[in-house]
Amino acid sequence: MSCLFPRGRSNRSVRPDPDDALVRRLRSALGQERVKSDAAERIVMATDGSLIESGVAGPVCFPASTDDVQAIVRIAAAHGRSVVARGSGTGLAGGAVPLGGSIAVVMTRMNRILEVDLDNRVAWVEPGVINLDLTRQLLPLGFHFAPDPSSQQACSLGGNVSTNAGGPHCLAYGVTSAHVVAVEVVLADGTVVVLGGLDAEPGGLDLRGAFVGGEGMLGICTRIAVRLTPNPPVVRTLLIGFDSVAGAARTVSAIVGAGIVPSAAEIMDRGITQAIENFVHAGFPLEVEAVLLVEVDGLPAKVAADAERIAAIADEFGAGVVRVAGEDERQRLWQGRKAAFGAVAQIAPSYYLHDTVVPRSRLAEVLQQTYEIAERHNLAVVNVFHAGDGNLHPLLLFDPREDDSLARVHAAGAAIVRASLAVGGSLSGEHGIGVEKREYMDLMFGPDDLDHQSRLRRGFDPHCRLNPGKVLPSPHSCADLQALNSTPAGAWG
Amino acid sequence: MTIRETDRALREFADEVGAADPVAVAGSRTAWTVGGELVGHARIVSAPRGIVSVQSEEMTVHVRAGTTVAELDAALAEHGQRTALPDRGGTVGGALMVGQNDLRVGGRGRVRDSLLQMRYIAAAGDVIMAGAPTVKNVSGFDLPRLFIGSLGVLGLVSEVVLRTNPLPRCSRWVCADGVDPFVAHDHLYRPACVLWNGTRTWVQLEGHPHDVEDQIRLLSSLGDWHITEELPELPPYRWSCTPRDLRTLPSLVKTRFVSVIGVGTVLCDQPQPGGTVPAAVAELTRRLKAEFDPTGRLNPGRNPLRSGAWT
Repeated sequence: MSCLFPRGRSNRSVRPDPDDALVRRLRSALGQERVKSDAAERIVMATDGSLIESGVAGPVCFPASTDDVQAIVRIAAAHGRSVVARGSGTGLAGGAVPLGGSIAVVMTRMNRILEVDLDNRVAWVEPGVINLDLTRQLLPLGFHFAPDPSSQQACSLGGNVSTNAGGPHCLAYGVTSAHVVAVEVVLADGTVVVLGGLDAEPGGLDLRGAFVGGEGMLGICTRIAVRLTPNPPVVRTLLIGFDSVAGAARTVSAIVGAGIVPSAAEIMDRGITQAIENFVHAGFPLEVEAVLLVEVDGLPAKVAADAERIAAIADEFGAGVVRVAGEDERQRLWQGRKAAFGAVAQIAPSYYLHDTVVPRSRLAEVLQQTYEIAERHNLAVVNVFHAGDGNLHPLLLFDPREDDSLARVHAAGAAIVRASLAVGGSLSGEHGIGVEKREYMDLMFGPDDLDHQSRLRRGFDPHCRLNPGKVLPSPHSCADLQALNSTPAGAWG
Repeated sequence: MTIRETDRALREFADEVGAADPVAVAGSRTAWTVGGELVGHARIVSAPRGIVSVQSEEMTVHVRAGTTVAELDAALAEHGQRTALPDRGGTVGGALMVGQNDLRVGGRGRVRDSLLQMRYIAAAGDVIMAGAPTVKNVSGFDLPRLFIGSLGVLGLVSEVVLRTNPLPRCSRWVCADGVDPFVAHDHLYRPACVLWNGTRTWVQLEGHPHDVEDQIRLLSSLGDWHITEELPELPPYRWSCTPRDLRTLPSLVKTRFVSVIGVGTVLCDQPQPGGTVPAAVAELTRRLKAEFDPTGRLNPGRNPLRSGAWT
């Protein structure tokens, strides 16, 4: 890394900030307090919820309005710098990890629910609104926001849009893209545009649809119109125990094959169930090898018929315990399910959470492979996942104090990815690609396929200044590399 | 079978499309002028036909784009499934590239949420795959959603994997005169469809037979409803409004109309007054077109910005 001051100068011990001019301009636009450049802030913003190695953050900005975001993006462009927007930083694929000194744009102060429009059944929100806060506000009105990631107490709606987030109840209701009708976006050149609309079939290309799941590489969303989903009149949750994970997985496949679409179908193996019970005492049975938590909702007769049929199917596949949860128990069970990742601390110092998708009918087979892969790499694994849509979440447990543990975790993770793709699955169901799976993309897509994804990116951001270095593997992201290489020498060294 | 396995029909289609001269794809020509007439001397090609596989346990179907929606519906019905695509006499590819929903979108879902994976022939003549065959996928950018409603100007879709849903056990239309359709809509839990022509309201209820009966009983407090199979004749022009806009529609429209309450689609005897395309949307569209079809050879003359409310 080059030094900006010649040796021998009297002030050489005071290393000036190479981004002084940039920081001054940002502070002039946003105010002194909303632009941080100290090491502590930059270190915090250099990572996210993933185990991806920390990046290098430039100045950290806290915009309060669309105008602020626009100003940041324009200043960044003028200085030839890249920009990474982030919400709560709960992402698990390194999508918010800044690479190469990007300006970090932290959206947490844009956290207002701007309007709840019951006539149009939408709510306009700012991207920093926490997922669960929105649903809590809507529930008394008879509605909720359907995507419910496990991190919903902490994750922001802007992050949900960026990753096209899912959650247990997306089996019946769809992922975030199905629940976003419009987004106000600041593009890489500072242009502000609304993509999509509240009308039934907005004309033109579905730019809204392309934007959602864009991992912050297509623009920065500053307002979001989300669809309000009516609360179901009846909800029934079945707690079903099995003496094998395969039996639980085959039951889910048979349920869907029978023409039933549960609102959620979650499987937990024995290891994670015990950890959850030790952690929150949710009431899961401990004597079984796998728990299937399956929920049906809607009108009363349909719910009753579906629940009865599900219980019968489970019985055919050897279920040992079938229990219909009352409302209090239901709340506890879901609290337990969503506390699963936190509960892992009971059984291991650290874990690596994977996210792949397989065809439902291949779940049992790939699950068995995950156990075998973990064993081969001398790792423990527990599984808690959205079985209804084939979305696997193996948690590889490890102790980071062991020298080679992370290498074994990465090797096992790669094997799980390959096993999922080998049966016609997908790299990621809801966490996104980010940095974590960028170099796996060519296992799923050919060079021409990736070239076309790159074209979509360039259509939105021709100079690849927004969140460069993510999603697309390096040969397909040349402009990203240029953006990363434009960091001034000495910046944040 | 995954969509990645190249088959002969796809290869032949790619050869037919070629890599040089202007080319346009024709399905059943049921929406032939949406987005503008073809210009110049484009060769007309047709996408391959046929259903590759129905996987009801995955809630997916793998189908070639030239297959008619009617043929797809019939095949899926044998497996107790259906898709969101409207059957207006056209093809699967046509329905996706026009992107309009079935009026019964409340029950069937939106076309824009139904395309999971596709293979298309790019402007350079190569075969491109995007998306994944699973009901959940966030691997890379969402090209399938970008293509829905694109009128084939970004690439010529040849085969797709669509999400399916189970057919309801029971489906009934009821109608009544003089009821407030907005109150009727809000009275019900996720009705499949509520139509209103200014005087009469039609409601489609789907699901378990007992629930359908209960919902009909619930409606009876609002008016005199009877079961019907006679649905309103649909005027020719399609409008895209917000659900709230429909409340003031009768004061704005002096001709026949049928509106979809809770959704915002309107069928009317007069065209929708044109809006202005925001400059930034036009510029993004231009850049994307230039990225995907630099020479403008795919469906020349068609313009997605001339479809929908911006017509």
